Amino acid sequence: MTGPVSPATEPNRSDRRAELMLGALASVVLVLIAGMLVFVLTKAWPSFSHNGLAWFGSGGNVDDQLIDIFNSPANPDKYEYTLHAWPLLYATALVTVGAVAIGLSFALFAAIFIVEFAPDRLRAVLEPVVRLLAAVPSVIYGLIGILVLVPFVGNHLIGTETKKSVAYVVQLSGNSMLVAVVILTVMITPIMIALIVDALRAVPGSWTEGAHALGANRWRVVWTIAVRAARPAIVGACVLATARALGEAIMLSMVSGSVGFAPNPLDGLTFFVEPMRPLAATIVDNAEGLSVKPLGQTLYAFAAVLLVSSLFLSLGAWAVRQPMKRYGVRP
Amino acid sequence: MEAATATTPVRPAPATGSGWRRTDRIFVGVCWATGILLCLIAGSLVLFMLVKGLQFLSVNLLTTHPVSDLDQSKTGGFLDPLIGTVILAVLGTLIALPLGVGAAVWLTEYGRPSWLARAVESGIEMVAGTPSIVLAIFGLLLFSQQFLSFLSFTAAGNAVFGRSFFAAGAMMSLIALPLIFGATRSALQAIPGHVREASYALGKTKAATIRRVLLPMSREGVATGTALGMGRIAGDTAIVVILLGATLRLQGVGDVPVVGTLRGTGSTLTSYVYNNSPAGEGNAPDKAYAAAFVLLMVVIALNFGIDLITSRRGRRA
Repeated sequence: MTGPVSPATEPNRSDRRAELMLGALASVVLVLIAGMLVFVLTKAWPSFSHNGLAWFGSGGNVDDQLIDIFNSPANPDKYEYTLHAWPLLYATALVTVGAVAIGLSFALFAAIFIVEFAPDRLRAVLEPVVRLLAAVPSVIYGLIGILVLVPFVGNHLIGTETKKSVAYVVQLSGNSMLVAVVILTVMITPIMIALIVDALRAVPGSWTEGAHALGANRWRVVWTIAVRAARPAIVGACVLATARALGEAIMLSMVSGSVGFAPNPLDGLTFFVEPMRPLAATIVDNAEGLSVKPLGQTLYAFAAVLLVSSLFLSLGAWAVRQPMKRYGVRP
Repeated sequence: MEAATATTPVRPAPATGSGWRRTDRIFVGVCWATGILLCLIAGSLVLFMLVKGLQFLSVNLLTTHPVSDLDQSKTGGFLDPLIGTVILAVLGTLIALPLGVGAAVWLTEYGRPSWLARAVESGIEMVAGTPSIVLAIFGLLLFSQQFLSFLSFTAAGNAVFGRSFFAAGAMMSLIALPLIFGATRSALQAIPGHVREASYALGKTKAATIRRVLLPMSREGVATGTALGMGRIAGDTAIVVILLGATLRLQGVGDVPVVGTLRGTGSTLTSYVYNNSPAGEGNAPDKAYAAAFVLLMVVIALNFGIDLITSRRGRRA
């Protein structure tokens, strides 16, 4: 691509003014981002500074700590800030990684199917279907989750024995990691499929034709040529999906159980049906407490963690794409 | 468009199977399975919502105001949330449209200095990656500032409430912004350079070229982005729950009719569904299903609109 073409004549005054105005409009976005970082981080600072690195550690019951913060005395010197947010961070990582890992493998095969193997009529159906699934609001997924999947898991997948055996630690009601990951996967996979399909289509025809001419079959050509060339776009799709999963609040607050509990992998199969509560959902659940100053600051600390991790995510994706870009195709 | 037809791969004879390695055949089978599973998921989702929606939806629900009551049959309809969704979608797009289109035009047509262009580009990417819940509580912080109190209302004790249609709309515009920006930019980039050169050769200035030639040519791109953005705004819940107050009815502030409503609080279909699900206080699943069905129809209609726009563009090219 060549740079923007410019008229040969000297730019006149009105032209100059238009450029400045549009440039200013574009810069508004930068001011907003800077403002957001500054506002959220300053507001969140007391929560971090009172706890130090222990903020990220585990210890005690998060829900009790949040209640203590909510009930802290009115005297600003005696505000309660003690918080060990590990269960929330762990829950966020667990659902995000789970959903993105399942979603990626699923999306890759689905995208290859749409681009390469689907009969034309099925493809004409699949493409709108993917767009539709990507556009369905998260609250609808949440509603189906809480009214259909959660009761199903609670009544059929968890035996009474299992419920009794852990009743002294946590209640198993069907609001669980399993439902959260399943629905989150359904939510983020369509985005990945759409992006990977675009990337696979952008692979130059001559590359795949060359491989066909060498006698490779259709699967080999897609897998070894097209998918490899599309790697930067696949990384981009993963990042976008991770960002979406990290920030999903409403659906997760509806189905994940809203208990600050860290599911334990040592529990065997019960691990999958244990309740939890990711960061974003915690903010929504405690939204009424935002006006209580110390709790508000704690919630802004959660937001700061989400904000910083999504910034690092974009940065990381950019860094990963750089060396890959030379060999790959970017749609 | 021409480029797309040129790169369509020449398909070899579709001999799938015979003489393939077993692993290859298994992988193709997995591809088929995922494709069909995708159709099944989407089909069952739409069918389920259709059955539940038609079961619980009635015209009454669309035209009566919601009432808070413990008995599900007495909670009224969802006229106010419906209006709230429309207000927010329009308000959000109205703010995002000039911002997104302006930024896209500046970036593709001027883009000087280049460091600023790069910064704006990655800035918009960052906005796209920011969770809406973070945008929501940032908005609450921003609109609780004293100097923005005219956009919401001041409660007792001189604290600014910070929750209003204005506040929610402004933050919603940030959700729509990356979509409008992206669609406009790719539309502008698809216009060949000779079109610009022809305009300059006629003695037009750059600003006139943008206004008279480039923007009309990228109209469909802008429309697609706007429809996508409206869909995202209509479907967002976090911002509504935190920044709109999620009061059941529209509660205006002051006496000025339109501005009063916009300064006041309300709800949208999404927050209505959330509050009426077992997760909220209402616990009226029938109403939640009905409202979710209406919401789904709105989203599908917007999607259909996008298809219409793109197919028209395809026919013209």
